[in-house]
Amino acid sequence: MDETRPVKIQVRGLSKVFGKQPKKALELRDQGLKRPEILDKTGQTLGLSNISFDVYEGELLVIMGLSGSGKSTLIRCLNRLIDTTEGDIIIDGENIPTLSEKALLECRRRHFSMVFQNFALFPHRTVRHNAEFGLEIRGVDKAERHQIAQNALTQVGLDGWEDAYPNQLSGGMQQRVGLARALANDSTVLLMDEAFSALDPLIRKDMQQELLQLQSKMQKTTVFITHDLDEALNIGDRIVLLKDGEVVQIGTPEEILTQPADDYVRRFIEGVDRSRILTAESAMRPVRSTARESDGPRTALHRMRDHTIDSIYVTDRDRRLIGLLEAESASKAIDAKSETISDHLSQDFRKVSPEEPLHNLFAMFGDKSYPIAVIDEQQRLLGVVVKGAVLDELARAGEQQ
Amino acid sequence: MNIPSIPLGDWIESGLTWLTSEYSSVTRAISRFTQTGIDVLNDSLMWLPEWALLGLIALLCWKQAGVRLAIGAVAGLALIWNLGLWNPMIETLTLVVFATLVAVVIALPVGIAAALSNRLYRLIMPILDFMQTMPAFVYLIPAIPFFGIGSVSAIFATVIFSMPPAIRFTTLGIRQVPVELIEAADAYGATRSQKLFKVQLPLSLPTVMAGINQTIMLALSMVVIAAMIGADGLGSEVWRAIQRLRPGDGFEAGIAVVILAMLLDRLTQSLRKTRRS
Ligand SMILES: Nc1ncnc2c1ncn2[C@@H]1O[C@H](COP(=O)(O)OP(=O)(O)O)[C@@H](O)[C@H]1O
Ligand SMILES: [Mg+2]
Repeated sequence: MDETRPVKIQVRGLSKVFGKQPKKALELRDQGLKRPEILDKTGQTLGLSNISFDVYEGELLVIMGLSGSGKSTLIRCLNRLIDTTEGDIIIDGENIPTLSEKALLECRRRHFSMVFQNFALFPHRTVRHNAEFGLEIRGVDKAERHQIAQNALTQVGLDGWEDAYPNQLSGGMQQRVGLARALANDSTVLLMDEAFSALDPLIRKDMQQELLQLQSKMQKTTVFITHDLDEALNIGDRIVLLKDGEVVQIGTPEEILTQPADDYVRRFIEGVDRSRILTAESAMRPVRSTARESDGPRTALHRMRDHTIDSIYVTDRDRRLIGLLEAESASKAIDAKSETISDHLSQDFRKVSPEEPLHNLFAMFGDKSYPIAVIDEQQRLLGVVVKGAVLDELARAGEQQ
Repeated sequence: MNIPSIPLGDWIESGLTWLTSEYSSVTRAISRFTQTGIDVLNDSLMWLPEWALLGLIALLCWKQAGVRLAIGAVAGLALIWNLGLWNPMIETLTLVVFATLVAVVIALPVGIAAALSNRLYRLIMPILDFMQTMPAFVYLIPAIPFFGIGSVSAIFATVIFSMPPAIRFTTLGIRQVPVELIEAADAYGATRSQKLFKVQLPLSLPTVMAGINQTIMLALSMVVIAAMIGADGLGSEVWRAIQRLRPGDGFEAGIAVVILAMLLDRLTQSLRKTRRS
């Protein structure tokens, strides 16, 4: 990951002790004791210990860990719903733990919107009034907040439900209201604490998909908490893995899967690990469109546009894969008035057999966006594997365990 | 052996004497204010012809709770009218309404404060226990030196006796608001008063209304006691019947109290329900 990206939130040396003698607990921590021993000795719970990470501008950062690992505590320290014991949380130059009461309110209003596991909608307010809540708190005038809330509700697909009350909606719809409340507020950071964990698996998948779509449109800096590896792999740009209040690994989904930092992470992804027996075939999708070597460049380009892809695999008459044509090369071929595309093919792509173990495919993607071609012994193109499909497949295997 | 008894009673008495002499101007002001309030309310209710007030009350019941309560109200009030207890009923109604208003005006802020501060909570709850378990008669004793014989003293005693549930339920209602909703309000940067008025109070309203309902019922239960210090109304009808050994008259007035109680109870309960939806 590019380390020079602008940082939105910097968390440094963050610790949280639940109890009346935090100093004592931290001293023991510094002597190398862990959470259970500290609890035994002092009765204090070491909720978080020396957490450091960055949240980049516009990324979707997932914080993942088992129940009790400190995820909720961590996200609540970010907007100081829970006071920290030590450490810095810096957002746009402000250090949240040291803010005055008044500055904190201002900071929460400007920077943070939150979506909760159990929705936390106000039962006495209509859907619209729930969505307006953040704006109302900030004193935005009625007509304006009406408009903004309406847009947010449209965005999450709740047109026509404005005057309903939360208890008239299904769980999935309630969480859409929760999401609309957060979006309407237009804060710089979105905090989501197990936002989809209370939903049915199918609805949950939908919501993940929609969040990804919203995310690609809006590029909102998001901190998303989950205990579910599948979800983390599916939506995270990067993942912070917590265990007993400590960070065990930070990395992209691929890094977590391919280079687990220690045995804990390895065990966590064990379900996925078993999928080493999974092969390229399981993640393979049919090719949406191919070109023939005898095609003219205009035909090939047209086909790419039709399928909104920027490169296309080219086969010969026997469906044998002979190369890849990029949209750019096709344009050049047109300029050069070439009759066919055969002189403009690239060989810079990856091909694998259907039996190739799935985990090997990660490394192959590199920074290329082309799907990997799956071919049989006769070099015939059977299908392609896109990056997302590998993760999906691995995650599904993890789930089935 | 003779252990000298602690002169607790003496102390209280001299304390009360001191209070009445020191604050006589205050008590007189309160007294005048209360008396005027009662008179105005009473006179306006009495000014209306019986059938008009009956119609108004029936209409209110119909709007708030439906046809059944409206029919019940007409039947019950007509019976009271027929028994010749209309004016005492109005006097009792005035007493109860006025005492409830005063009690609620005091109880709401106190209940809210106790809900928001643990220290106040620990201070106020035992006082409420004390107020509720102390026999209601006892409140009459300081009331008389403060406000003299009459409806003001009756209101004073009634307010003290009937206020605890309104405080208790207000506190309970606010404390019952789920923490996650408080957290949501905090997360969006709500100030304390925004939290109170936009989240805590609206959500505790049904419980607060239940407390007010209880306060009204307790105020009604005080009518006979209030009559002992000169408050007019159904209570004094009962009291007179007792003194003259006329059980028939006593029961008639008692039935009128029951009718009034049922009416007020159903009406406030329906208020609570319509607020919720
Ligand atoms: N208010 C609190 N007082 C004491 N311990 C707490 C409190 N909140 C959380 N904890 C403890 O801190 C640890 C982390 O909790 P939490 O952040 O809720 O975990 P997660 O969200 O990952 O399930 C748990 O051991 C929990 O018992
Ligand atoms: Mg949690």
